[in-house]
Amino acid sequence: MNIPEHAAKALLQEAGISVPAGAVADSPQEAAQAATDIGTVMVKAQVPVGGRGKSGAVRPARNPTEAHAIAGDLLGARVNRHRVTEVLVEERLPVAKELYAAVLIHPAGPARRVVLSERGGVDIEETARTDPGSIRTLDLDPRTGLHPETAQRLVARAGVETAAPAVADVLVRMDRLHRDSDAELLEINPLAVTDAGDVVALDCKLVLDSAAAARRPSLAAAAAPEPLTRLERAARELGLQFVELDGEVGVIANGAGLTMTTMDVIVHLGGRPANFMEIGGDAYTKARPALEIVLAQRGLRSLVVNFCGAFARTDVMVDGLTGAWTELRPDVPAFFTIDGTGSAAARRMLEERLGLEPYPTMDDAITAAIRACGQDAA
Amino acid sequence: MIVRGDERVLVQGITGRQATYWTARMQEYGTRVVAGVSPRKAGITHCGVPVFGSVREAAEHAPPDVSVLFVPPLSVKAAALDALAAGVPRLVILTEHVPVRDTMHVIAAAREAGAEVVGPNTAGLVTPGESSVGFMPAFDPSIFRPGRVGVVSRSGSLGTLACLNIVRTGLGQSAFIGIGGDPVIGTRTRRALELLEQDRRTSAVLLIGEIGGDMEEDAAQYLPEMSKPVVAFVAGRASPPDRRMGHAGAIFQEDRGSYASKRQALQGAGAVVLDTPSGIGPALKSLVR
Repeated sequence: MNIPEHAAKALLQEAGISVPAGAVADSPQEAAQAATDIGTVMVKAQVPVGGRGKSGAVRPARNPTEAHAIAGDLLGARVNRHRVTEVLVEERLPVAKELYAAVLIHPAGPARRVVLSERGGVDIEETARTDPGSIRTLDLDPRTGLHPETAQRLVARAGVETAAPAVADVLVRMDRLHRDSDAELLEINPLAVTDAGDVVALDCKLVLDSAAAARRPSLAAAAAPEPLTRLERAARELGLQFVELDGEVGVIANGAGLTMTTMDVIVHLGGRPANFMEIGGDAYTKARPALEIVLAQRGLRSLVVNFCGAFARTDVMVDGLTGAWTELRPDVPAFFTIDGTGSAAARRMLEERLGLEPYPTMDDAITAAIRACGQDAA
Repeated sequence: MIVRGDERVLVQGITGRQATYWTARMQEYGTRVVAGVSPRKAGITHCGVPVFGSVREAAEHAPPDVSVLFVPPLSVKAAALDALAAGVPRLVILTEHVPVRDTMHVIAAAREAGAEVVGPNTAGLVTPGESSVGFMPAFDPSIFRPGRVGVVSRSGSLGTLACLNIVRTGLGQSAFIGIGGDPVIGTRTRRALELLEQDRRTSAVLLIGEIGGDMEEDAAQYLPEMSKPVVAFVAGRASPPDRRMGHAGAIFQEDRGSYASKRQALQGAGAVVLDTPSGIGPALKSLVR
């Protein structure tokens, strides 16, 4: 879950980390008003996308007229898959030095990892290629917080001289915010040292662990809506894992691994998958709504149903699917493979209700499904 | 971890609906389930075993070698710490959607206690002919039978398909280690490979990976040290970037965690990397003595 920059900065401020004066605007008029109040500003599209400066989604404005024009440009525009509905109009500060600071999850530890680089304002991936020596990292025991003295040692030699204590203090506060918000990533890039010697977060990326949403309801409510298609949103509301793609062969399978693999084999055998639809895990009782969503995709020419039951019982999934099929009577041909938990009963049900026999292997079912697309075209 | 038939298994959260169903399957398979834990139902007998209020009490009855957790996501941390405090040396956490912060806490505490953790978000472990811990279809002879292939898989469903293909070729498994689909897990791919390398009954290894993270790349660095051949399949070649594909861990950005990176690492380290799971059986057949 991505927290929009302006909301993340409000959290930084609550955590005692300085941010520039700013206001959120959803119209050019509001942006101009904010610029009138603040002075020289940056106008920043509120989209969770890196490299906004380069793509023109963040631009400087010297006066309210410019702020009005830039906001007019940005609002309603698309940056990658995200539509801009808000801009952050923020004070432009004279910057002496830009740092990179982050707290992230290091899975191999596992640990919370604090990262500091004296090269701020560029992607950390780029710095890792061009100047890896400038990146300092520190792995923390997941059960404890960053100690101020440890933070000071990390900051020493970062070339920030008199600002070092303030930077160390920011790291300690970032680490605490990371823990308290169940974050996956808290990144401040750049963390600026201003001409006046203040340490200020000019940008902020905060990604929360969606598994912790239930115990962080107010944070979860602040998350930016994901850029989903209409069907993806419908699936999400039903608790289904669904990703719409642009191919012709629909996919319903159980489990993330098997569903991805079904897509992979479709591509390997020369077809194009229409979607990812997973009904394993807790979703194995939701075969019916899953089928409805997959069938609602435009461009669908055939359907592969690939079940290999472990936790997800194939008899329950096929029951739901065939029940819905007989009511919906779709004109899309379906090609099944059924193995694993409950497969004997599932195969019987498929035969009785749809008169279909599952294919012996997924490759066979997929080959037939791809061929069916071709016949349609001819 | 590889669970042997004589090892004692505790089921935490045993009175839940899924736990009840799968405990019965585990018992039918011969898994030695000695007790259950369910804080609100202590004192009853369920699935033919006594139910206790905490692992500490259950351990007084019969110290378990393994505890398997069928508990809700936000209760996993407390349940796992209960098991660790009671001295349980191995935990299998099946639960999906455990907050990463809790998972990390549990793994750190386990390391301190010298205990092993498998999962979270795993379908479990199977030692064919001996023991099943979790919800893999061990009871299905078309999928599991004793043999010499050690299987490591992030995915339960794809792991099941892989095991089916192994049996179809006339081979069997020495152990199935479901490591789990979360980004942070207790037993990573490399550690599972180490266990299979040490296991005398394993003569070849099947590695089922997927996009996201760096576990396959990390595991590839260990391959040159292995004496046993490794066949691999990595799911997610056709998945788009920046989208989470069902598993919390299955997401990649540009070059990080991508299919290409994983395939290249594994192939470069000498693994046979397959384009489709149907190649699993034939590839292993030529390698297993």
